[in-house]
Amino acid sequence: MTDVTFLKRKATEIRMTLLTMIYEARTGHTGGSLSNTDILTVLYYHKMNVDPNNPKWEERDRYVQSKGHSVESYWAILADKGFFPKEELKTFSQFNSRLIGHPNNKVPGVEMNTGALGHGLAIAVGMALAAKLDQKEYKVYTLMGDGEQAEGSVWEGAMAAAQYKLDNLVGIIDRNRLQITGNTEDLMGIEPLGDKWRSFGWEVIEVDGNDIEQLVQVFDNIPKAVDKPTMLIANTVKGKGISFAENQTVWHHRVPTEEEYKLAMEELSKQLEVLV
Amino acid sequence: MKNVALKPLGGNKIANRQVISETLLELGKKDKDILVLTSDSRGSASMVKFGQELPQQIVEVGIAEQNIVGMASGLAHSGKKPFVASPACFLSMRSIEQIKVDVAYSQTNVKLIGISGGVSYGALGMSHHSLQDIAVTRAIPGLDVMIPADRHEAKKMIEALIGYERPVYMRIGRNPVEDSYLSDDYPFEIGKAVTMKDGDDVTIIAAGETVRVALDAAERLEEEGVYCRVINMHTIKPLDQEVIIRAAKETKRIITLEEHSIFGGLGAAVAEVVSQNHPVLMKILGIPDEPAITGKTAEVFNHYGINKENVSKLALQMVRK
Ligand SMILES: Cc1ncc(C[n+]2csc(CCOP(=O)(O)OP(=O)(O)O)c2C)c(N)n1
Ligand SMILES: [Mg+2]
Repeated sequence: MTDVTFLKRKATEIRMTLLTMIYEARTGHTGGSLSNTDILTVLYYHKMNVDPNNPKWEERDRYVQSKGHSVESYWAILADKGFFPKEELKTFSQFNSRLIGHPNNKVPGVEMNTGALGHGLAIAVGMALAAKLDQKEYKVYTLMGDGEQAEGSVWEGAMAAAQYKLDNLVGIIDRNRLQITGNTEDLMGIEPLGDKWRSFGWEVIEVDGNDIEQLVQVFDNIPKAVDKPTMLIANTVKGKGISFAENQTVWHHRVPTEEEYKLAMEELSKQLEVLV
Repeated sequence: MKNVALKPLGGNKIANRQVISETLLELGKKDKDILVLTSDSRGSASMVKFGQELPQQIVEVGIAEQNIVGMASGLAHSGKKPFVASPACFLSMRSIEQIKVDVAYSQTNVKLIGISGGVSYGALGMSHHSLQDIAVTRAIPGLDVMIPADRHEAKKMIEALIGYERPVYMRIGRNPVEDSYLSDDYPFEIGKAVTMKDGDDVTIIAAGETVRVALDAAERLEEEGVYCRVINMHTIKPLDQEVIIRAAKETKRIITLEEHSIFGGLGAAVAEVVSQNHPVLMKILGIPDEPAITGKTAEVFNHYGINKENVSKLALQMVRK
């Protein structure tokens, strides 16, 4: 059993790293990266079977980041896990860097190039189906945005996953209620989201996506062999961890000023201090 | 020939999308049938103000680029004048079948504004670059394809599109571009290229942001005693064949310059005309057949030689051959 405090500390450190990356590069998707940090932390430090020394290991669990734009938490985690040198994070979004503003599978640990929303689920369905065909045990995880749910291709993938009874597939929706322009329900409402997925043949579990303890619990108890794929609706806060960025539409891709950066780093440092 | 090209750089800070939005707002106030459709893209399209002032005339579809084009065609069929403002990369790829069938084939009066085109999205990578959009859209019968060079042309183009019944794909970039025109005091006509600068030694044909690069290269060439014709091909389709054939005959050398793959875009369109009418030496400059390098527009342009230094060097080689 992984130490929850360790995971919480990790998540906070990742937040500090990703904010520094965005601050220095003067570009990035701050809000979404912060909202999915806890989910990614639990996946990479607790749940998934991956080997940074052997990124193409056949039995590894697969992760596809469908909401490719919030890549900063992902880069920070892959570097921290040792998939590539941490030093390289400095090149994020710089000229000729492979650490671009979306997942890029030239980088060890990244399975697929994403960035255009609505692709990840179908890809994950293919991977999960391959595992079934090859009788392999690995699991496939994919993380989507809630704004992303408006893409029709998401629902094509949803049907296929149920049709092929992919109980080795776990989808996660980063339900932070915001997209670029504002609240999902004001732009293209997706509720009742759980019912939609259930009616498409999925097992649906709601979870607080910024609560590490709950996430560990839920990931560890994903129903097995129910002949159904599982969707976690992770209720999150966009901009989580930095009070003035939380639930603020503009922080989708706002880059912190010097002042904001300092304030945010202080706030995160304080969060870290109490985690002992 | 009246001089329309701006010589010294003005340090323009106004992006084409801004001008388009302001122009559509003015026109939209007078014509309730003008609608703007967005796919979580109203900020990137500079359409926030339009939405605030004309809330009944903005239609949000969420992140659904296929739906936005399908809906636009239905709206057009019912007499509306929809302008779809969505990133060029998704509009020209995710929605391409809706564009081909619902818009071009059915001939619905839909105006597709591909925003943040070319490599505007810099470090976001190939998923966000639109470097094949001209190739695919210009291969679709019944769809016109346009790229304005600067804010003056963007304004004139969008005004011209209002009374124009045909389906159009218009691509613009994200960032402010240096002006190519002195002002908007010049005649603009869809399908009629603008000769920005006359010359008989070599011709550079450009479109969009590369028109400024062509003008700068031409200026540099003049210092070397080489007189370069600069043609702004703002309409890629229908293509102004006459101006191309004349340039081939009179200048005997043609360079094309585009923020697009070297396959299937402006260069290819020009080459189709040149090779079948008056073959001359040609060079096609653009983004090579690879995922474009990570970087800001200027860095990417420099990396691939889309700058005045490289273009003028190439022109000199062609002239002195
Ligand atoms: C097909 C496609 N359309 C549009 C975009 C541009 N885009 C990037 S992020 C984003 C908003 C995503 O919102 P959401 O899915 O809720 O993600 P999050 O809130 O977690 O950032 C949009 C529209 C894209 N990347 N792909
Ligand atoms: Mg969201």
